[in-house]
Amino acid sequence: MTNNTWVFIEQFKGSVAQASLEALGAARTLGGGVTALLFGQGVAGLAATVIAHGADEVLVADDATLADFRVEPYAALAAKLAREHGPAVLLAGATTAGRDLFGALAVDLGTGCLADVIGLKLVDGLVQAVKPVYAGKLLSDVSFAAGRGPQLVTLRPRAFAKPDADAARTGTVTPVAAALAEDAIGVKVVDYVIEQGQVSLTEAKIIVSGGRGVGGAEGFAPIRDLAQTLGGAMGASRAAVDAGWIPYAHQVGQTGKTVAPDLYIAAGISGSIQHQAGMRSSKVIVAVNKDAEAPIFKLARYGVVGDLFKIVPALTAEFKKRLGK
Amino acid sequence: MNVVVCVKQTPDSAAKIAVEGGKVTWDAGLVLNPWDEYAVEEAIRLKEKHGGKATALCLGPESAKEALKTCVAMGCDEAILVTDSALEGSDALATAYVLAQAIQKLGAVDVALFGKQAIDGDTGLVPIAVARRLGWAPLTYTVQISEIDAGAKTIKVQRLLEQGKQVVTAKLPAVIGTVKELNEPRYPSFMGIRKAAKANIVIWSAADLGLEAARIGAAGSATRWPGIYPPPAREGTVELIDGSPEEVAAKLADKLIAEKVI
Repeated sequence: MTNNTWVFIEQFKGSVAQASLEALGAARTLGGGVTALLFGQGVAGLAATVIAHGADEVLVADDATLADFRVEPYAALAAKLAREHGPAVLLAGATTAGRDLFGALAVDLGTGCLADVIGLKLVDGLVQAVKPVYAGKLLSDVSFAAGRGPQLVTLRPRAFAKPDADAARTGTVTPVAAALAEDAIGVKVVDYVIEQGQVSLTEAKIIVSGGRGVGGAEGFAPIRDLAQTLGGAMGASRAAVDAGWIPYAHQVGQTGKTVAPDLYIAAGISGSIQHQAGMRSSKVIVAVNKDAEAPIFKLARYGVVGDLFKIVPALTAEFKKRLGK
Repeated sequence: MNVVVCVKQTPDSAAKIAVEGGKVTWDAGLVLNPWDEYAVEEAIRLKEKHGGKATALCLGPESAKEALKTCVAMGCDEAILVTDSALEGSDALATAYVLAQAIQKLGAVDVALFGKQAIDGDTGLVPIAVARRLGWAPLTYTVQISEIDAGAKTIKVQRLLEQGKQVVTAKLPAVIGTVKELNEPRYPSFMGIRKAAKANIVIWSAADLGLEAARIGAAGSATRWPGIYPPPAREGTVELIDGSPEEVAAKLADKLIAEKVI
């Protein structure tokens, strides 16, 4: 017997995505038990982590075809399990994998999907969620039509609190078999190209970003130093990316990543409406800019009007001292 | 090789967006969804490299013809607008159903390209849902098309994930969801703009596509968006910190540690 609320647990090379743990936390607030779907290869050991973070039951599929997230085998299995057990609500993190899985699953199950929500509650069994639209310039209440379901919802990373692990929690682990054989799967993963030591922007607690004011590719060196000292990720404005100073993967804003760290330090970024769309949900914003009139100061809690090439290295030195590095 | 690129018309990304009497308003023009520019550019490049035709396909109101004209001005050969009052209020999954039917009606398509998401609804669901409906290889978040063998019908791409780039191979036909780094979209040429002004935009209705009434429009959509409103304003005003760089650093460190964000 599974529960009414299911959570898809995303793992990459054996570590559970933070967004999945946040989804477990959100699932617990809906009331009732929580069943987690854990797919991968050699991932059975992660079930304890999943239970400690809020699952009562874990359906584990351990198979070579599931080693990497791929839509075809993951959606086929999730759809099969959902048809067998009939959960009312399914949650996943709104990551690339979570969005793809639930988009495909919605087709398979003949339902819809509430994507990238930042607020979630259950009223008489119906999900009532809030999602940013127009790049966060507006919010929309979203829900399912009466009688439609299952209710698929993806949750914006860092919009929901990650629950603390409770080693005393107990739960059941049920093995399930993969639904597709390898020769029925069209997409093959050949390789990964991963920058070493890179912190994921969407998961980062601290982001240090540079913009037009850094003046060139070399200008990102002090930004990178401060990000590394703080254990954070490095971001950039569209202007810096379009100038070719830093790869697109670092872009924060409307046509880049939407982030919500605890601390966002914007150095040499004026704060266009498109940049603000990507970072306005940050908890504390610090702006360093030569131009006292820059729009970023309207959003910031702390502002420094000055030369980022003097201020940012001074911050790095200060934090090295404070953090004992 | 025949390519279709699915596009949407949206408010300009620089627009101030507001809500008046429950309706969304904006203070700038409607444009081709910025994410779709990369998909249109890639459609034209694939056609230029491998031959065949690039067709732009849009679901929207009559006014969306302008977004399709932008596609033609950039270099698409044909443009099709699916428009019908019965389609109003379609959610992402209903939209995907309509687009998948339209792609099937086109026939003989090897690649369907999409922008990552539309900057109004921001769901990002349509490309993957179309892929799933058609049963085509789902290549979302593509940042590089490394190889296409039009004869063997195979493709190799890099996808941009949170952890880095993933290299995958697949068989055509495929749905390719694009992200920004894939290319640099061209500006329409003078000749292109003249061609677009005279372009014959094909109109398809719900009946032309044989759509089932129960699967389209607001009534055929599983999801609802009953209320829309501005987000709460950020509280407080900026506290400016001054002094020498060292003094600024020390003061700021105190404050950030007190805020428990470090």
